[in-house]
Amino acid sequence: MALSRRTIALAAGALVLALVPPIAALTNQPFYVDLVRRMMIFAIAAASLDLILGYGGMVSFGHAAYLGIGAYAVGIPAFYGVENGWLQWGLAITAAALAAAVIGAISLRTSGVSFIMITLAFAQMLYYLGISLETYGGDNGMRLAGRSRFGGPIDLRDPAVFYYVVLAILAVLLALGRRLVDSRFGMVIRAAKSNEARARAIGLSPVPYKLTAFVIAGGAGGLAGALLANQTEYLTPDFMHWTRSGEIMFMVILGGMGTLFGPVIGAVALLLLEDVLSALTAHWQIILGPILILVVLFAKRGLFGLVAGAETRDG
Amino acid sequence: MAESLLAIRGLTKRFGGLLASNGIDLDVAPGETHAIIGPNGAGKTTLIGQLAGDLSPDAGSIRFADQDVTRLSAPHRARRGLARSFQVTSIFRDFSALDNVALAVQAHAGRSFRFWRPARTESALREPARAALESVGLGARADVLAARLAHGEQRQLEIAMALATAPRLLLLDEPVAGMGFDESQRMVRFLATLKRRMTIVLVEHDMDAVFTLADRISVMVYGRIIATGTPAEVRGNEAVRRAYLGEDQA
Repeated sequence: MALSRRTIALAAGALVLALVPPIAALTNQPFYVDLVRRMMIFAIAAASLDLILGYGGMVSFGHAAYLGIGAYAVGIPAFYGVENGWLQWGLAITAAALAAAVIGAISLRTSGVSFIMITLAFAQMLYYLGISLETYGGDNGMRLAGRSRFGGPIDLRDPAVFYYVVLAILAVLLALGRRLVDSRFGMVIRAAKSNEARARAIGLSPVPYKLTAFVIAGGAGGLAGALLANQTEYLTPDFMHWTRSGEIMFMVILGGMGTLFGPVIGAVALLLLEDVLSALTAHWQIILGPILILVVLFAKRGLFGLVAGAETRDG
Repeated sequence: MAESLLAIRGLTKRFGGLLASNGIDLDVAPGETHAIIGPNGAGKTTLIGQLAGDLSPDAGSIRFADQDVTRLSAPHRARRGLARSFQVTSIFRDFSALDNVALAVQAHAGRSFRFWRPARTESALREPARAALESVGLGARADVLAARLAHGEQRQLEIAMALATAPRLLLLDEPVAGMGFDESQRMVRFLATLKRRMTIVLVEHDMDAVFTLADRISVMVYGRIIATGTPAEVRGNEAVRRAYLGEDQA
């Protein structure tokens, strides 16, 4: 098999990510471990959104809700002294998937603008729910008593260990996602996105498949939230704010919808731009905006298309 | 006619003040090619929509293969063997021709909650799909993106997709619409071979195609079927000549 540009880009990306902690240690710049880990956590959130947005055509404008649920699923048990990571992260995935099942079951009855609005409304409801939880800090959020505990060599207090845990989760989820979108199941949600009337006419009822994809994406979003709570060691309702949902969506669009790996690039690029531009000026979003517009207008498959070649089909 | 494959009784659909289907009765026997003709606005598209399950009738019933399907959704009817092509070509444009047909095979196989195995290497899907493409003469175009196929090829692709679901009845909504003379000739020749092994309901404006292919013809005017019969009977029917055929056939 000839090495495609895409394969080379993926291998290079994986290598760079794997080398961040040793290089940061050598150059004495521990800050970068923290930054790239944050990027990878958002990459997980963005890739999970891409499953439903890019492949399933479901414009969910409330993906941050799952991030928030995942974070609270770590924070609330920790508040009561339950720090077992398996339990916290399992709860994060389950709770977010359940929420996605409810939100999806209702919002998938609609399409187009109504779908966007309903997913947005649910996320905002959860955001206000978070604010109303006075016990857990309400508006201000609360500190995480400590990072999730797994026992053995997996000690998340070690920045490098935590880094490699996130990298491993990202890699596994991307590999699973790749299988998923190429499977029969994946073909159904992509067909429904491509032409729903045609899909129905050949005998496919898209809703159960779309809902399943929605739940899977929600669960992965919840896991990203659990990671994010450990990353910031703090959680606030802001995790669920609609601007955060928009940010995740931007990562997907910037990186390339329907490419799965593109949103990883999108997450890295967006957080990097934020980091660099906000150091230059307080009004950094004025610069970010036009960059995003240019990418949307001129890079058909986002940054991933530029890296892997625009002719690459479906990532 | 107890042995009708498709039996429509009293089908009525109203859009505001317009009776698009006004108590339609229609029987399609197994093996026949039944054409539905009529001037624009006669309600043919509304009838097709109700047959396919995209529109639900206000009254009346549709029986297909001895079962009442009036309330079934389009995907359910498709899985029972009612396949269709659309008036305006409807394909998965961003998939290859082979992918398009393989999806139809997969839909017919009915097992799509499979998350692991790559669907594009599954011979159980690809081989029947390839055969269906060959049968409509698109074998050499299997790997071309559907959007890049010529218009006539896209219409052939639609028919290949319909065939891949192993249908008992084929609902063709203007299969030669928008085709050039040669393309439409080729399509009619293909449908002529297809009709020997398939029950077909054909809605078509092209009278040459209709009179070449149809065993029986129903003529619709203002939401009603005013005549049903063999091509010769319909051609000789005074009411039909007045309402519709008039100027072309005189």
